Amino acid sequence: MTRPLPAAAGTHVPVLTLDDVLLVTVQRNLDDRAAEWLRQDIARAVTESTATGVVIDVSGVEVVDSFLGRVLADIAPTVKLLAAQTVLAGIRPAVAVTLVELGLTLPGLRTALHIEQALRLVREPCGAHDDTNPRQGGV
Amino acid sequence: MHVPSTVAARLPIASDMDLTWIRQYVRQVTAELGFGLVQQTKLVTAASELARNALVHGGGGEMEVTQVARGRVRGLRLVFSDSGPGIADTELALSDGYTSGGGLGLGLGGARRLVHEFTLDSRPGQGTTVTITAWASEPPAPRKAV
Repeated sequence: MTRPLPAAAGTHVPVLTLDDVLLVTVQRNLDDRAAEWLRQDIARAVTESTATGVVIDVSGVEVVDSFLGRVLADIAPTVKLLAAQTVLAGIRPAVAVTLVELGLTLPGLRTALHIEQALRLVREPCGAHDDTNPRQGGV
Repeated sequence: MHVPSTVAARLPIASDMDLTWIRQYVRQVTAELGFGLVQQTKLVTAASELARNALVHGGGGEMEVTQVARGRVRGLRLVFSDSGPGIADTELALSDGYTSGGGLGLGLGGARRLVHEFTLDSRPGQGTTVTITAWASEPPAPRKAV
């Protein structure tokens, strides 16, 4: 097993604008520095755009430890202060199981199974479906 | 029944980059040993927590990797050691919410919940050693009266 080259470290996470939503795709191996940049990059992108929603796609993320978990948990309140909503999409089943055992249930975060559902959810008014199952969509 | 085991690798813990490498390494070794996806993810996450502890609180250290076996069940033992200030009250350090600064205080206690065996050895001024073991399949749990 060979150790990969360090050149890929600290890479910023790409932020894509889809009309009124910013789509952030978190890549597979996010090192701590890139995780710290993530919140700042999203905050900057929200203020520099007219977006009212942020969708963070973590379907490619295989491990969320307490450090990355805290970064993700801090993003929603930060984005909310900037007048936008956040939905976290695509948490892997193994990651969900591990997060709960770790003691990190990310209570303030709205979640969706995939990007499509997240885009629907993030365009709804805040709190409209907080107590309902997001799988039920707009009903 | 324990089969003699040898240390497979020693990985340094000196930077963020080392944490990334440790996560990749543990993922690959557990996959090769036949760990299920959830069990892989748990051990990788525990390793990440403990390696970060060694880096942030212990000023760096190393992770020692040993493949172990009990009968036909294969497992992985990881030993995280640093020569930092050590922990005065290990019980307190293992409780959720306890943090010496910055973090969520889930590192040690959280890591303990993610593995099958966990020992913490630390004294003030003598560094910290955390040993964790996880098995490819769950060891039979003792039956409990309902």
